[in-house]
Amino acid sequence: MRADRQEQDLKFTRRALIMSGLGGLAFIGLGARLYSLQMLEGERYRLLSEDNQFNFDLLPPSRGRILDRFGVAVADNRDSYRVLLVPEQAGDVGAALDRLSRFMPMSDADRERVLRAVRRQSRYRPVTVADDLDWQTFSAINLNAPDLGGVRPDVGEVRSYPYGAAFAHVIGYVQTANEDDIAASPREEEGLLLHPGFRVGKTGVEVSRERDLRGAAGALKTEVNARGRVIRELPEQSTAPQPGRDVVLTLDADIQRYAHERLGQESASAVVIDVNTGELIALASTPSFDPNLFVGGISSSDYAALRANDHNPLFHKSIMGTYPPGSTFKAVVAAAALEHGLVDPNETIFCNGSTMLGRREFHCWRRRGHGRVNLHEAVKTSCDIFFYEMADRLGIDRLYDMAVRFGVGEQFDIGISGVRSGNMPNPAWLRARSNEPWTTGHTYNVGIGQGAVLMSPLQLAVMTARVASGRAVEPTLYRNALARPAPHIGVSEPALARVRAGLRGVVEEPGGTSYSLGGLGIEGVAMAGKTGTAQVYSITAEERASGVRDQDDLPWRLRDHGLFMCYAPADDPKYAVVVVVEHGGGSSAATRPARDILRRVVARDPSSRAGVFADLAGTDRRGGA
Amino acid sequence: MAVFRESVPRDLRGKLMELNWTLVLLLVLLGAAGVGMLYSVAGGSWTPWAVNHAIRFSAAFGGMMVIAMFPPRFWMGVAYPIYVVALVLLAGVEIAGVTINGSQRWLDIGPIRVQPSEVMKLALVFALARFYHDLPTEKVSSLGGLLVPAALIGLPALLIAKQPDLGTTLLLIATGGAIVFLAGLSWKIILPGAIAAVVGAVGFFRYGLHDYQRERIMTMFNPDADPLGAGYQILQSKIALGSGGFTGKGFMEGTQSQLEYLPEKQTDFIFTILGEEFGFVGGLVVLSIYALVLANTIAIAISCKSTFLRLLSMGVATTFALYVIINVGMVMGALPVVGVPLPLISYGGTVMMAVLAGFGLILGAHIHRNAEPPRGAGLFG
Repeated sequence: MRADRQEQDLKFTRRALIMSGLGGLAFIGLGARLYSLQMLEGERYRLLSEDNQFNFDLLPPSRGRILDRFGVAVADNRDSYRVLLVPEQAGDVGAALDRLSRFMPMSDADRERVLRAVRRQSRYRPVTVADDLDWQTFSAINLNAPDLGGVRPDVGEVRSYPYGAAFAHVIGYVQTANEDDIAASPREEEGLLLHPGFRVGKTGVEVSRERDLRGAAGALKTEVNARGRVIRELPEQSTAPQPGRDVVLTLDADIQRYAHERLGQESASAVVIDVNTGELIALASTPSFDPNLFVGGISSSDYAALRANDHNPLFHKSIMGTYPPGSTFKAVVAAAALEHGLVDPNETIFCNGSTMLGRREFHCWRRRGHGRVNLHEAVKTSCDIFFYEMADRLGIDRLYDMAVRFGVGEQFDIGISGVRSGNMPNPAWLRARSNEPWTTGHTYNVGIGQGAVLMSPLQLAVMTARVASGRAVEPTLYRNALARPAPHIGVSEPALARVRAGLRGVVEEPGGTSYSLGGLGIEGVAMAGKTGTAQVYSITAEERASGVRDQDDLPWRLRDHGLFMCYAPADDPKYAVVVVVEHGGGSSAATRPARDILRRVVARDPSSRAGVFADLAGTDRRGGA
Repeated sequence: MAVFRESVPRDLRGKLMELNWTLVLLLVLLGAAGVGMLYSVAGGSWTPWAVNHAIRFSAAFGGMMVIAMFPPRFWMGVAYPIYVVALVLLAGVEIAGVTINGSQRWLDIGPIRVQPSEVMKLALVFALARFYHDLPTEKVSSLGGLLVPAALIGLPALLIAKQPDLGTTLLLIATGGAIVFLAGLSWKIILPGAIAAVVGAVGFFRYGLHDYQRERIMTMFNPDADPLGAGYQILQSKIALGSGGFTGKGFMEGTQSQLEYLPEKQTDFIFTILGEEFGFVGGLVVLSIYALVLANTIAIAISCKSTFLRLLSMGVATTFALYVIINVGMVMGALPVVGVPLPLISYGGTVMMAVLAGFGLILGAHIHRNAEPPRGAGLFG
């Protein structure tokens, strides 16, 4: 019995220990599993837990402003009043929209868009119901927001162009990023580009200085629970957005606006340049368009109307339009002839209205001729016969060389895209183009700025500036504190002085082609200028016979372009103005607007007044933020 | 060799002197850990869980002390009646039970809502211990010695499986099996039985489970395949635990659990919060306390003279160990999600009462370890 009992005790103990062993193994297994999860894979799970826990809400940066030379904002950001809806707080979204529609107009399409957005995303994420509301509507909603349920008034930023059409071509505009913009940007900015409300530059300065203007996105770190509800914001672990840098232009908003208005509804362009520094004071092109229309997405009918307009409002004529310079080019020919000593200032040439080259007759614009003219008279009266002779003496190579020195055919980099190089023909160019030999006839045509010579208003302005200052100025659109006066153009001062005297005579001396203008209109300040006409269509003998006497009788599209270059003060040049009026029917369409703009800029004298520079403006802005 | 007949304390003072204070201390530690974790889970609030947990623990602790004072003879007397009552309650669930989360597990008795399946775990231990106490050793492997325990285990197991509560069913079968094994069942029966059990389990998995139960088991093996569906709980639990690292994120700093990524965090997933906030160190400390509790209990069982007390203690210890292993294994993604709480730490009244009542019996067994109650008439004379 006792042995039996002992054996039984032993058996129980043995089996209890077997069980303990199994339990012990299980516990060791648990410990090992715990070790593996927390010690070996702890880092991985820690990262997963942060993914779970935190959201980074993108904070778009404030876009840099675009300022004129005096710091006046020509592209700015204004507050955009928005209404957001948080579905989770609203409960029934449809009912919430009904309540909201008492305060603001809401179309069925708007409703549908909101409901679609609500279905697509977490109920804790706000949906934009309306953007860019007027202040009355917004304040009414703001006031009633507590009763509206889930409605959250919000203030964002939207690009605005206070000068509207006046700066449209230069500054360009911003729009929602498309796939190309996204592809062109660094990958880390993709989120920013896709952010609703974010815009990127599409044209003009907005696109060429995009990198400066854009800034960098910040991120607001928020802690969210399993259902996506924001528990708290963590500002100390968030990064503030880095606002974009301001860009300072050389343009003077006052002059720019004036030039824009002065050109009116003509298909025209105007360039105002500082002849000593090359700073562009104005760069206008008409008709224009309102860039504000593009920011929110232009309607297709508005866009179609802009496209259909035969005055080409979307085309930046001052840098993209190229025209034969016509008689304005005579300044270059005169400078070349004097520089090469091929003409004596007192030498006269007889103009009877035409000259024969072989069997071909070349006319002077003045059919009855100018009589005996020296260089000064020839410039003043724009005698074509005199300049045929000068061109012939120079030959195309020397003519070409001088034209290049004045910037003809050069593609200037002013920091926006679309700048055209125009054309300065020479024998090599002609051979390449049509395999024709160069003839004296070609040289004659170049001598009066016709034929294949093509220049943009910008190039005409540079040419004028170089004649006026004798310096090889480069046009520039951006203020630069380190700007140095341009080097001399390499044409002797006496030669240039004679050309300038001729140009002054055009306006200031009786008999000058623009004497009728009556000068600049500022007491004691003389101006110089040169008209030009770019022929678009030759009136045929038949038309002449059937009564088409002059340009006014032709359809608009066939009328000549009118050009005028001018600068002032004539004895100490500071500003040059070029105006080109497409199909203006002759130079007279351009002279008055150009003179008026020149008068305004001389009176205002923007170059002598303290302006701002990009660096200073940028620092100011960050300091204030 | 002289054989001492060691005495059994008879008065209250003597019994208190014999109380296993180590075990009591370990249990209090676990209860306190539960209060702390529930406080943290509620976001630093005593309500709704921590204060209730503390009150329940105190009450159940008192009950445990009372239970410990009763002599084994008393428990032997009520063993079968308790079993019958538990069985009736289980059947009552079938008829008048409250359905929560799709399973009928609760029964309202007056103001109290009890889980009869929890009561049955203890009742089964009682009944089996009593049965084997009465059964002569040589009859353990006889036909009668096999059929009666099979019925005692099988009947409640079937009722609980119908609720359906797979976890508790398996727990009940495992506990019963452990007692049968400890009672000395012949290896000649154990080995074929084990093989049959494996075959049966596979068949059961195929044909005897609800879809959601099968899914629970399947997701255990690949929780990442369906992170927002059935595997969500396990994956989130692993993320929370794993992110705790060596020392944890700190008390009340457990981001995953605080941010509602974890469902049922106050009950089945409380170990996850512990692991997240106290890390590997905290998890290991708690597991060690459980291990110490078990080691103590097994030592008590072995020290007992009577079969009844031995099996009773080991039965309770087995249930307790299974709770811990299954729960902790589950939250770590090593075992399927079967609603088993972490004893004394998870929120839940019935389990708390059942577990501390069980430890009351164990403490009582320690006090009365030298008692040798006579073999009763038994079912087989």
